[in-house]
Amino acid sequence: MTERYVYMDHSATTAVDRSVLEAMLPYFSEEFGNPNSLHIWGRKARKAVNEAREKVAALVGADASEIIFTGGGSEADNLAIKGAAFARRDKGRHVITTAIEHHAVIDAFHWLEDQGFEVTVLPVDERAMVGISDLESAIRPDTILVSMMYANNEVGTFQPVAEAARICNDRGIIFHVDGVQAAGHIPFNVRDMGIDMLTMSAHKMYGPKGVGGLYIRKGVKIQPIVHGGGQERGLRSGTENTAGIVGFGAAADLASMRFTDGSIEEEVRLRDLLIDSVTSSIEDAYLTGHRTERLPFHASFCIGSLEGESMLLRLDAAGIGASSGSACTSGSLEPSYVLLAMGITHELAHGSLRFSLGKDTTREDIVYVAENLKKIVADLRALSPLWKNRG
Amino acid sequence: MYTEKVMELFMNPKNAGRMEDPDGVGEVGNPRCGDIMKIYIKVKDERIVDISFETFGCASAIASSSMVTEMVKGLTLDEALAISNKDVVNALGGLPPQKVHCSLLAEEGIQAAIEDYRAKRKAGVEAKA
Repeated sequence: MTERYVYMDHSATTAVDRSVLEAMLPYFSEEFGNPNSLHIWGRKARKAVNEAREKVAALVGADASEIIFTGGGSEADNLAIKGAAFARRDKGRHVITTAIEHHAVIDAFHWLEDQGFEVTVLPVDERAMVGISDLESAIRPDTILVSMMYANNEVGTFQPVAEAARICNDRGIIFHVDGVQAAGHIPFNVRDMGIDMLTMSAHKMYGPKGVGGLYIRKGVKIQPIVHGGGQERGLRSGTENTAGIVGFGAAADLASMRFTDGSIEEEVRLRDLLIDSVTSSIEDAYLTGHRTERLPFHASFCIGSLEGESMLLRLDAAGIGASSGSACTSGSLEPSYVLLAMGITHELAHGSLRFSLGKDTTREDIVYVAENLKKIVADLRALSPLWKNRG
Repeated sequence: MYTEKVMELFMNPKNAGRMEDPDGVGEVGNPRCGDIMKIYIKVKDERIVDISFETFGCASAIASSSMVTEMVKGLTLDEALAISNKDVVNALGGLPPQKVHCSLLAEEGIQAAIEDYRAKRKAGVEAKA
């Protein structure tokens, strides 16, 4: 049907890398043991889990003892936020987050609100960046927790995480970072940056779905939300997902390798090529988020006079997988809260598109996407009563 | 998520585009909500002889526009006014629940275009009198 298939939705999920899959396979049937068993089957599984923990820890400069495996990024966010708030509620009931967090964070904060905590939501500027002065002025004597994402999933912008960490560290406030989009895609060190807790997700970095990780700095006390057999230092009960965790470890290894072999630099070049192609060849098309302080694989736009879902379906018909924050794709009547928080109008926000590149994306893929998008935009604008610039 | 009929009309919409010198124009919806439908009609002897649309919106809005314009083409104005959004949904083979409002726009768009035509005609008759 179509000339080629180009998957550009790696912010949603990535394919499990062949090396990751191969590392995982033995742990389904051959090395199936429960890591908590004393016998040889159990000991082999335990060894595999421990090795994976080392690899994931090494990815972000942590010690293996500081990594907890969970059932995914959302669970890790919930554990960090609810766990830290409940462990420290005698010290204060005020918690802070930002207007553009993932639902796993925002909804956890809403839940805390229902439990009697007071929540402050920090605004962002037009590039989706939180102002450090806004954070400083939001902090009160009873503030116990701040949660801020490393990079936004919809518009790719990096937050001033290191500065925010310093401010929180100085005041004894726990600082959690949702690193689901960033971890494995840019090198950083939790210890150097002063991050107290960091959420990671395996399937965003060529690992399997259903496995997340939470870095918890030594000395930070949190409450578990899943109680039971006391696995993962009592913070996440339940028999470990051995194969998934092994896959996470292999994915972390792959990510560490990509930091040193020029892969990230090439990704940035391709991303910039896509951004430049789209904004220069399509009239009334705007980059959303920060131009440079953004994820290396992430290009997001708003296309004037058009609606996101219609563009996505036309792209899909051309073999291109992308995503949008339009109302029609979210299942509500409101477009993305992230775009609205940035001050983008409803009308323009309906026309949002996100292309997230992957390790196998080529220059030809970028050209194919840019050319097809240009044609699709022209076709759909011919139908749009809002498009005034017709000949 | 969408029926084959919806996808077919979304990919190849019929009666799409602006019309020169229409007898009636109806515009419904608003850009804040993410859909606007504009219907153009030409009328002869109380019958819709030509029709076209411009739509800003999702696939179901575009498919609903295409479908409703096909359904009312050739009908008398009163017959066209009797077409409901349910008729449009049925002709499309169904729409997901959260997209049914798109078919309502189609019904309202036709009504608005006919009202516009009748208002203009009335004004014209009064001007001559």
